[in-house]
Amino acid sequence: MCLGIPGKVVEVRDRIAVVDFGGVLREVDATLEEVNPGDYVIVHVGVIISKMDPETARETIEAWEEMIRTLEES
Amino acid sequence: MDVSAPFRDPGISRLIVGKIAGIAGELDDRVKIMDFCGTHEWTITHYGIRSLMPENVELVAGPGCPVCITPGYYVDVAVKLAMEGVRVFTFGDVYRLPGSSKGAPRNLEEARSEGADVRIVYSVADAVKLSSDGKESVFLAVGFETTAPATLSPIYRGAVPDNLSFIVVHRLTPPITKYVLENYPQSPIRGIIAPGHVSAITGAAEWKFVAEDYGIPVVVSGFEPVDILLSILEILRQVRDGRAELVNEYSRVVRWEGNLRAKGIMRSTCEVVEAGWRGIGFVPESGLRLRKGYSRYDALVRYGVPELSKEAWLEDLPPGCRCAEVTLGMAKPADCPLFRKVCTPERPYGPCMVSSEGTCLIWAKYGGDELLRGLREEFEPT
Repeated sequence: MCLGIPGKVVEVRDRIAVVDFGGVLREVDATLEEVNPGDYVIVHVGVIISKMDPETARETIEAWEEMIRTLEES
Repeated sequence: MDVSAPFRDPGISRLIVGKIAGIAGELDDRVKIMDFCGTHEWTITHYGIRSLMPENVELVAGPGCPVCITPGYYVDVAVKLAMEGVRVFTFGDVYRLPGSSKGAPRNLEEARSEGADVRIVYSVADAVKLSSDGKESVFLAVGFETTAPATLSPIYRGAVPDNLSFIVVHRLTPPITKYVLENYPQSPIRGIIAPGHVSAITGAAEWKFVAEDYGIPVVVSGFEPVDILLSILEILRQVRDGRAELVNEYSRVVRWEGNLRAKGIMRSTCEVVEAGWRGIGFVPESGLRLRKGYSRYDALVRYGVPELSKEAWLEDLPPGCRCAEVTLGMAKPADCPLFRKVCTPERPYGPCMVSSEGTCLIWAKYGGDELLRGLREEFEPT
């Protein structure tokens, strides 16, 4: 039920955002999160519940890789 | 660009699995980790993550399937209204969920086959749109914190037409987690993988109590295989070091404070009440009920149906069904004599076989750990 589908905002008008889900465009509810075209978002039952930050995603992977390397050495 | 692609990387996965094995080897006893969320259980089972775990690391599914824990009573109410001519909207997962009554129709699918107007929708917005025709309509609204704002936001904004009301069966996840930890100490859970999309709404901070009050490591996790593996690694590190902390592995989506707008809407429209969980019973402060000011959207009020009360609570699992124990992480689907015999994805008998996030349906489709462990032992040189 708590499936969140990642997509990219293409267009925002009023409380509706057009989101690109890997090539499939859908209108979703954008009342819960302030979004702009280009933002990555998580959509659940037709509602944007959160933004997804690509920068943080990259940092997460890097931080864990660093941690794993440290484990390696210890 | 696929932001999540590195989180599905086999190379990174292998590296983490190696570390998990290393740390598990340093531990003397078994470590039971509960994955709360049905979507996490899907990832774990679909990608065969259990088969990659060392012998002493056990992953158990928790009560994270909102369809499975929806009391049959509310399905009965929806079926009755549907048979009386009210149009019933719901999500696809709920369509086949059995009610508590023995008589037919026992779910919305059967009600529809008997001529009732039952519609599966993808979103509440679809139901709002379809209700512009003025027909008496009810939305059977199940789901955790992730889903509740989708129901409550249109109500809050006054976007719902007068002819549409809601059977609100939204449930809250930290209270049920607390309930499991309080009531089943005989089955020690050493770590919790906290639900990522619930936390997108509630905020990661909501899970602090697991570490602080119960001394159990807790990681808010994303839904890709690398997310889950990292969360398991982090829990094992903490167990080894004798620490218990809250870590937000899913920081690319989950903020510490969550979605403040969504939380504000939930607070404005609903009060938090003691609520029934199928097969489990009444759990304190675990459900949402529409406040008086919004009661015209409450289908129970509108049609004069009593709210399910503690006094009227009945065990509403079908005879022999072990869904409650599966939900609480006490039993595996394969422990149930009905599993894949009487109770199958094609003909679900218990609620955990209905939803795509029900542990029994996931195991029936993708296989549980016994099967995969057996295969691994066969192929790996000892």
